[in-house]
Amino acid sequence: MDDVTPYIVLSTILFTIGSVGVLTRRNAIVVFMCVELMLNACNLALVAFAKQHGNLDGQVAAFFVMVVAAAEVVVGLAIIMTIFRTRRSASVDDASLLKY
Amino acid sequence: MIAFWVLSPLIVLAALGVVLMRRAVHSALLLAVVMISLAVLYLTLDAPFLFAVQIIVYTGAILMLFLFVLMLVGVDAADSTVETIRGQRLLSILGGLVMGTLLVLVVAQISLGTMTGMGVANAGGNIEGLADLLFSRYVLAFEATAALLITAALGAMLLAHRERLDAKEGQRAMAARRMQEYATTGRHLGPLPSPGVYARHNAVDTPALLPDGTPARDSVSRVLAARGTVRSAPALADDIEDVQRTLDGVRGISGGSGGAADTSAGAGHNTENPETRPQGAGHPEGDE
Repeated sequence: MDDVTPYIVLSTILFTIGSVGVLTRRNAIVVFMCVELMLNACNLALVAFAKQHGNLDGQVAAFFVMVVAAAEVVVGLAIIMTIFRTRRSASVDDASLLKY
Repeated sequence: MIAFWVLSPLIVLAALGVVLMRRAVHSALLLAVVMISLAVLYLTLDAPFLFAVQIIVYTGAILMLFLFVLMLVGVDAADSTVETIRGQRLLSILGGLVMGTLLVLVVAQISLGTMTGMGVANAGGNIEGLADLLFSRYVLAFEATAALLITAALGAMLLAHRERLDAKEGQRAMAARRMQEYATTGRHLGPLPSPGVYARHNAVDTPALLPDGTPARDSVSRVLAARGTVRSAPALADDIEDVQRTLDGVRGISGGSGGAADTSAGAGHNTENPETRPQGAGHPEGDE
């Protein structure tokens, strides 16, 4: 085990999959899950680099990312529920009123 | 490193599944697989505290929240395959492929050197080290996090709260409305029929059969109907024919030897099992 390159490669792959998911999926909840996937990929990179450099700052950063992700999910899902309540749909294409 | 090579294909496959699954519930479950596997990877990276936090916060709290909202929202939430912007899906997949290969190639080119390892940093314990950092160098960020969490909780309460615009309907008002509906439209006054009473089993996904053999729409939950998991009408028709055949068989047996049908009457309630159906003579309706 020389370096953390495999971990970083896995992290980039996860990030790519997440971003493609955000672009292609229409269901707002699945889009959110893909955002979580991207955040998790970043966390993996942070923790791997923490091990590479031998200090704990990367892990602290990953911890903060988790906290922010939790707050983001709470607010985001509440917004999705509000949209669903008024439009009876969780599709991101239906919430297009600002366009007009 | 063995853990990494075992888990990384699993993680990539599960992540692809999150994107590709048509039902949001399946995506959520695959996301749980990704998160738990990532937690194990954190353990191999000498981050035991993050391992616990990943499982508790992500898999425990965030995914449960996703599943709760899916229960509330995503009853019939299969994705539509219609593209709003023409060619957007193809373009985004292409762009993702380009970005992925680019990133992977660049990262693989970099030589990071030998890793330092967490031996020194974790010498006094991982959690103690993290706490030292959190409450000294990152204490401002930590306090800001507290403000963020309070704001998020308040915001979620505010957004999910529904203002009641009119007074709640009392029991008297409800009774009056039901009587009014009965007078005008003839809608049934009593409670809704329970599922499957006249069908072959009483599972909640089996609609009750009306005397003329048609399924009673009101007897199954609207949610189940929207999910498409209600047993369909053809299957029910099969059930009816099945019961008819059984009854005919019973008539035939009881016509030949009436005593035999009576002795097996106690054991013949199991019409689920096809093997016992020919001698399933226990239907009281069959003897009449």
